[in-house]
Amino acid sequence: MPLMEALDLKVHYGGIAAVKGVSFAVEEGEMVCLIGANGAGKTSTLKALARLLPATGEIRFAGQRIDGMPTHRLIRLGLALVPEGRGVFARLTVAENLAMGAYAREDAAGVAEDLARVYELLPRLAERRRQLAGTLSGGEQQMLALGRALMGRPRLLLLDEPSMGLAPLLVEKVFEAIRAIARTGVAILLVEQNAHLALTTCARGYVMESGRITLAAPSAELLADARVRAAYLGG
Amino acid sequence: MRQLRWPYWLGVLLVAATLLLLPFALSAIGTAWVRITNLAILFVFLALGLNIVVGMAGLLDLGYVAFYAVGAYTWALLASPHFDVHWPAWAILPLGAALACVAGVLLGAPTLRLRGDYLAIVTLGFGEIVRIFLNNLSAPFNITNGPKGITRIDGLSLAGIQFNASETFLGIPFTAPIKYYYVLLILLLVILIINLRLADSRIGRAWVAIREDEIAAKACGIDTRNVKLLAFAMGASFGGIAGGMFAAIQGFVSPESFVLNESIMILAMVVLGGMGNVWGVIAGAMLLSFVPELLRYTVEPIQRALFGRMLIEPEVLRMLIFGAALVLTMRFRPAGLWPEKRHKQEMSVAS
Repeated sequence: MPLMEALDLKVHYGGIAAVKGVSFAVEEGEMVCLIGANGAGKTSTLKALARLLPATGEIRFAGQRIDGMPTHRLIRLGLALVPEGRGVFARLTVAENLAMGAYAREDAAGVAEDLARVYELLPRLAERRRQLAGTLSGGEQQMLALGRALMGRPRLLLLDEPSMGLAPLLVEKVFEAIRAIARTGVAILLVEQNAHLALTTCARGYVMESGRITLAAPSAELLADARVRAAYLGG
Repeated sequence: MRQLRWPYWLGVLLVAATLLLLPFALSAIGTAWVRITNLAILFVFLALGLNIVVGMAGLLDLGYVAFYAVGAYTWALLASPHFDVHWPAWAILPLGAALACVAGVLLGAPTLRLRGDYLAIVTLGFGEIVRIFLNNLSAPFNITNGPKGITRIDGLSLAGIQFNASETFLGIPFTAPIKYYYVLLILLLVILIINLRLADSRIGRAWVAIREDEIAAKACGIDTRNVKLLAFAMGASFGGIAGGMFAAIQGFVSPESFVLNESIMILAMVVLGGMGNVWGVIAGAMLLSFVPELLRYTVEPIQRALFGRMLIEPEVLRMLIFGAALVLTMRFRPAGLWPEKRHKQEMSVAS
């Protein structure tokens, strides 16, 4: 049984269908990406998974139905979201942001352990722990958003456009961090407009086009696919 | 915990002694000043309550005075000849706080999805609705006595002490305002401790998280709906307590005391003092309560001494100086006179 599974997921904005019935799955410890053009419905799909948008269809996580569950309960099950645009708490320090990531947890010892692991994984955060999050660079803020999500000790991370608005050098740094997180055994569902980066990072990919999943294959196949190359990889 | 040294305790002792002797010093100048101080303390309650909603949780509430009204009318209706019921203070003060709390949830529940300007408009409407209700609930059944208000409200009486009457204790005359001052001082201490604890609690951090980014707060596992409702409820109940004490001290309430201007004044106290910082908010409330009164007592004599007659009405000058003070504060101390630590840090990094 997959860790997370969506069946016939549909999202409507008023009368307009943004996601027209998509089904996909993420296995334990796996890195999967959802690629597609602007407006294909990638972010809407992710928001539906995180229960930030009303959607129809079935979502299962760790053997449990989560459609109909409020967002704030998901982290307790092990499903963490890194929202689009990072969403760090600008007027809290780095350390306070990380502490908020563990808001739902009551095992103080485990939290301290995870904090040490996050600082080890993302050493930049350790250097800046007393600094206000709003004063960090874009790349550092993305790292902080990742670290904060890890503080909930998730089994699956939902990443919404982590490369958005970052300089190429920083994008590489952020993706290094994402790979490092994946190596610790956390499954990742990555929504990304930069198809090449997403496919070279993840093992598997889904291609979304105007609200539907049109292709699903291992990344190597998608990278070689003529249609994908033409549409998303610049020929 | 850090060891606190004797200068700290000496400071505490000095502040305590000053606060305890203050009403006698003030009544030497004039009894009016004790009353003014009492009203200023009520505004501190209100500003601290609104600070929870606006400063900590970041929800702009322009109808906060409605909760003050709920507390005041609870006391007025249940302890006055109007219905000829005279409930004891220990029952109506908490009841007023509880009803204000319910009103807070009633306002909060339908506005949960709103933020910023939209929330401000709805809360402004709520404040007006409450005031208009108070103005018109005099027919067909006379509940609030309409614009005439409710008079001859019972004062506070606790443990056999009538707070509305003067008495002499150990040869020292205790007037009604002085007695109320001590009650308000004790209430202030309790409310202050609650606010300081809240600011540094799990729930306080959840409020700040919602203020900063609501989606991220949800993703962190914060039940934003309940936490926001709690902010409205807690903020409102402090307003309710202030309202109850207001009715008891004044002996008279009417809808005129609960107009939009009052809401804006309380908001100005929070913003001027420094949103989110309990001490700043107290300073803001004190400043905006006392300065207008000082003007009232000084503007006229000064003008008469200088020009031989009064050129500008104190009320006009009051608004002028008030406006100028706000503009200057926002220009030179945009985070307030005494900002929350994080605002200050942010401002200094930005510059």
